[in-house]
Amino acid sequence: MTLFRNVVFIAAIAGLVAGVVLACMQAYATVPLILKAEVYEQAGGGHDHAAAPAAPVENAGGTMAISSAAPAPAEAMAPAEDEGWAPADGFERFAFSVVANIVTGIGFALVLVAVSEFAGGIGNWRQGLFWGLAGFAVFTLAPGLGLPPELPAMPAADLVQRQIWWWATVVATAAGLGLLAFRRSLPLAVLAVALMVAPHIVGAPQPDSFETTIPEGLHHQFVVAVTLTNLVFWLVLGAVVGVVRGRFTGTATSLRDSFA
Amino acid sequence: MNTASVSLGASVSSQSRFMQLALAAFLGIFVMGFVGFSHIDAVHNAAHDYRHSMGFPCH
Repeated sequence: MTLFRNVVFIAAIAGLVAGVVLACMQAYATVPLILKAEVYEQAGGGHDHAAAPAAPVENAGGTMAISSAAPAPAEAMAPAEDEGWAPADGFERFAFSVVANIVTGIGFALVLVAVSEFAGGIGNWRQGLFWGLAGFAVFTLAPGLGLPPELPAMPAADLVQRQIWWWATVVATAAGLGLLAFRRSLPLAVLAVALMVAPHIVGAPQPDSFETTIPEGLHHQFVVAVTLTNLVFWLVLGAVVGVVRGRFTGTATSLRDSFA
Repeated sequence: MNTASVSLGASVSSQSRFMQLALAAFLGIFVMGFVGFSHIDAVHNAAHDYRHSMGFPCH
């Protein structure tokens, strides 16, 4: 399992670095906007589940699962949330965000390193930038077109359907990009474009009504902030993978070779 | 191109290589899915700001 161990090792370092960078950017760029939106959310009377009829049912199921696993007296103490345990506002909430960033950063890095190894590996930081761009396109750009990043209290369609569409779009876009980059055949290139366009023709699940108390300017600012912070995250992730892997192997493949 | 000199696990067979890379990728997807997509309330609340900041479907 040396290969597996090496992949995990590189992903852990890259995910840690990129996750910390992303958490710092979020603290300044996106979290203040989320907190602003929560003021509107609370003024409008808690979570806006009216637009998502299936959501309360799932929440009830989730709460039952939690309470059977661990009797939670936190329910009464939970600040501003009527749905189970939540971290206290301030440092605790920030700390959990940082942990989430690092853990999923390592998750993204595992996928990036494993997939890129199939194609010859990320040889240096410059190749890493291009792999990072691909990751950004697959995980942020494509799903974000149909499902723009939402602020709390914004109307949205059923959660499960949106999650299914999100994953399907990620898979289709990744497959399309892979075909474009690594197969030299016109029919496959056409198939690749079709794969990348198809999720948007099918269309993301949309809410019945787009009415919200959130100002449009605030939402637009949030979409820009999310997209840009994710762009930097992916570029850092790819570049760090390239650097760490280069140190590991002691050699670097050229871009031309790895795209062959 | 001499792939053996640049790959991370030069000595492993191609089948084992595929399995190990697939395992790593699935581990990554599992981690992302748990933190970013699970419906457990405590996990949702802990990673709430993160989910919104990543544009993951939330609520």
